[in-house]
Amino acid sequence: MKARIKVTLKNGVLDPQGKAIEGALGSLGFGGIDEVRQGKYIEVDLAETDAVKARADVEAMCEKLLANTVIENYAIEMEG
Amino acid sequence: MRASVIVFPGSNCDRDIAVSLEKTTGKPTQMVWHAETEVPASDLIVVPGGFSYGDYLRVGAMAAKSPVMRDVVAKAHDGTPVLGICNGFQVILEAGLLPGALMRNAGLKYVCKDVHLRVERTDTIFTSAYGNGGVIRIPVGHHDGNYFADTETLDRLEGEGRVAFRYVAPDGGDTDDANPNGSQRNIAGIYDNTGRILGMMPHPERLADPALGGTDGQKMFDSLLAAA
Repeated sequence: MKARIKVTLKNGVLDPQGKAIEGALGSLGFGGIDEVRQGKYIEVDLAETDAVKARADVEAMCEKLLANTVIENYAIEMEG
Repeated sequence: MRASVIVFPGSNCDRDIAVSLEKTTGKPTQMVWHAETEVPASDLIVVPGGFSYGDYLRVGAMAAKSPVMRDVVAKAHDGTPVLGICNGFQVILEAGLLPGALMRNAGLKYVCKDVHLRVERTDTIFTSAYGNGGVIRIPVGHHDGNYFADTETLDRLEGEGRVAFRYVAPDGGDTDDANPNGSQRNIAGIYDNTGRILGMMPHPERLADPALGGTDGQKMFDSLLAAA
């Protein structure tokens, strides 16, 4: 199975890189942007074929390493 | 005083801190590679600055999960003093020894310069030699030193006297201009609830000898020696 994991900063956590991107888009003439937030995208290929077990494994990976839950949220999509 | 310095792939301040400690203690510093599973008996463990694991994933995240850190955490919980400097601060936060997180500098730039710090307490093993406290000058060099914690955690840290150093103007005022990285409440370093674990972004080892242009950092090592 494949896990597609998105790690994003929590609401209320300042995202200086997102702010810089927002500013750059504005300077390129793109209007109507309320906010830009930057995050990470991670793919993990798993040997596990049981979808429930695979998701539980990936959640543990997110909690222990892939995300810092002090400042980040994560979302998992399983495929295959 | 027996001091140990943890060395990760990408550490680059490990030898500087070892020199400072050897000069202070008159004894060799024990250098401990990240793949070791045990830290030798120590009166101080230093997690040094650098770019452990190339800052992959998040600063300090990979190093915090390396084999040696399990024993660093265990020994810290048993009362061995731990000092995390710069990347070492990032590592011990990720290892759960201190609360909060260090994020990309608010100005997005790598900041490398001397900063002024207010010594918030002088009754700890790290700061007793600072006398009446006041303002000291110590260099920073980092891209991710923007200290973040939720309001409840910040209030708890302040209430429990766990803010070790704040970025201030030379006159001691904690202004926004004196904050090099956007850290909340100008926090440059914090203690755990026992005062035996300190994480800080500035580098005391970089101003610990007159030849380096200042000695304000040396007093931290003098304090540790006096406490050991």
